[in-house]
Amino acid sequence: MSVELTGAEITVRCLQEEGIDCIFGYPGGAVLFLYDELFKQDKVRHILVRHEQAAVHAADGYARSSNKVGVALVTSGPGLTNAVTGIATAYMDSIPMVIISGQVPTGAIGLDAFQEVDTVGITRPCVKHNFLVKDVADLAETIKKAFYIASTGRPGPVLVDIPKDITQHKASFSYPSKVTMRSYNPVVKGHSGQIKRAVDLILSAKRPVVYAGGGIILSDAAKQLTEMVQLLDYPCTNTLMGLGGYPATDKQFVGMLGMHGTYEANMAMQYCDVLIAVGTRFDDRVIGNPKHFSNENRKIIHIDIDPSSISKRVKVDVPIVGNVPDVLKELIKLLKASEGKFDQAALKDWWKQIDLWRDRDCLKYDRESKIIKPQQVIEQLYNITKGDAFVTSDVGQHQMWAAQFYKFDKPRRWINSGGLGTMGFGMPAAMGVQLANPKGKVACITGEASIQMCIQELSTCKQYKLPLKIITLNNRYMGMVRQWQEFFHGNRYAESYMNALPDFVKLAESYGHVGMRIEQPEDVEAALKEAFKLKDQLVFMDFITDQTENVFPMVPGGKGLSEMILV
Amino acid sequence: MRHIISLLMENEAGALSRVAGLFSARGYNIESLSVAPTEDPTLSRMTLVTIGSDEVIEQVTKQLNKLIEVVKVVDLNDGCHIERELMLVKVRAVGQDREEIKRLVEIFRGCIIDVTDKSYTIELTGTSSKLDAFLEAIENSCILETVRTGASGIGRGEWILKV
Repeated sequence: MSVELTGAEITVRCLQEEGIDCIFGYPGGAVLFLYDELFKQDKVRHILVRHEQAAVHAADGYARSSNKVGVALVTSGPGLTNAVTGIATAYMDSIPMVIISGQVPTGAIGLDAFQEVDTVGITRPCVKHNFLVKDVADLAETIKKAFYIASTGRPGPVLVDIPKDITQHKASFSYPSKVTMRSYNPVVKGHSGQIKRAVDLILSAKRPVVYAGGGIILSDAAKQLTEMVQLLDYPCTNTLMGLGGYPATDKQFVGMLGMHGTYEANMAMQYCDVLIAVGTRFDDRVIGNPKHFSNENRKIIHIDIDPSSISKRVKVDVPIVGNVPDVLKELIKLLKASEGKFDQAALKDWWKQIDLWRDRDCLKYDRESKIIKPQQVIEQLYNITKGDAFVTSDVGQHQMWAAQFYKFDKPRRWINSGGLGTMGFGMPAAMGVQLANPKGKVACITGEASIQMCIQELSTCKQYKLPLKIITLNNRYMGMVRQWQEFFHGNRYAESYMNALPDFVKLAESYGHVGMRIEQPEDVEAALKEAFKLKDQLVFMDFITDQTENVFPMVPGGKGLSEMILV
Repeated sequence: MRHIISLLMENEAGALSRVAGLFSARGYNIESLSVAPTEDPTLSRMTLVTIGSDEVIEQVTKQLNKLIEVVKVVDLNDGCHIERELMLVKVRAVGQDREEIKRLVEIFRGCIIDVTDKSYTIELTGTSSKLDAFLEAIENSCILETVRTGASGIGRGEWILKV
């Protein structure tokens, strides 16, 4: 007979059994018993954030940079509603995460109790799955299921809502080593017939492109992708979420594609005859107008673990549902064994065409400028960190420049909110990254608008001595909003000017950090070097950048990939 | 095109709202939806009638399959199937109409299950289009109240939907 434990003890034991060493949260009435149990042990470290949104973003950054499941703990009512932005962010980017939320006692549910919300109802559209635990006897199995669902198949956040009385009730505890669910059995192995069809199609290509997305990162398939691309000598492009999936410094890499992708990547995408799409979903920011995209004739192979991602926006010819690294391994094996010959001559011509597109030098900017150019800051950051930093970003122009100018050679180094586009993501995510990688260099590239959406976390960074390097590209505008207003709204800059900005240097100092303000292009390099020398300190760098700089190339909304605005 | 989709799902609180929420969130149509537990009390069987192009229906079934509590999904239009819907209609029945309505009910193989001196309550089962036809046949002003269950469907022959 096993010992009886309270629901709170069971929850903490489950986290220990899952090997969770760090969780992010904020206490409150409904989770007091849980916090009491956390207090009594030291295997699971709790990081106290200053706002629940940050708890979830931090757990998210932790998960993205480590491939472990991120865990956040919040209280009922406002604790949960604050967390929703973070949960939706993780959902859109398929991040494995478990959120534990307190709930009012079971007897009070539905009676409009203090700090009560319908948590399961509110989060339903933005989680992979959620549970309300109604009996303490089900608690351990429910938590096991949550971790299992979050981390298998197409990953995603799973929420477990635990009423306060359940944390007090007792049940015998044994943690299931595995769970089986008749209603949830994600496909792993790709269909071998389809893989054979893919091989034939790949070998017949005259103008091939490999287009790989976040699925490469999530499934740890960078190695297989790189091997396949190099075996074939085909050009490869990554989506915003896929950066680092293929080494950016390799000559076969044609850059990021999409709304702010490179000219060569977008043109190659539009005019290829065989497209090999891996772990990606043809979303609107990637292929632009799907009708325009379909105007060109091409055959598409699509490998993804989620069947619903296939033929959702673009009809594909060879769908392969399966775990990406396994499917790629199978493909590589068959390609190596294949008798068929690549059309070397055609491929040579195709590369010639791509090099012509490359010569357009679509990412050029004024390097002689007397005002700091944001691109210059990112390039310097890349040089100084030797491309080896973990880089998080917020959302807007700075995010796109970071994606264009920091060359990611490794997966899990580039952490940003691609799907939901959540401003305020960068700094809390960087906290999670730093905690998962205590020795790693962590930079948060942000803007003066985004950073203010979660700026309270400077306090958390102080408490836990997280030596982030915050790189604010301060153009006194919500830059991307301003850019769209310039292009599409007749230069009417409605509410996009950031008035009454704080003195970020003093602000950082008031939290006990180091603040720097950099105003001259010639000071950029030295400032960055100095900041990274301060190994144990958070350095908040306020770069005063060119207000008029825009992100190019740009595929305007509703336009096709080949209809870019170029600099 | 109209599709009739059958699914088996865990008989748990909230499972229905996941399905309904999916349809509203993704802008799919629901013409009707009916659900009840099966002979295995841990499973519910749902029949959903929806309208959409082949691409939309493909997405509908994929998205339904993705819901964690959904065990099996089948588009009954993929094979031969039988569908039935139950309707209860209360109609005004006075004077000459009483005989006329009775005849009409017989023609449609329904039955009158409740009678007052001014009204009949009629029970009718059949395909949704048969029920539509009955309502069209009865003079609109006679109809006092209509209750329909939405379609239930099952495959023809020995083919079964089971876990």
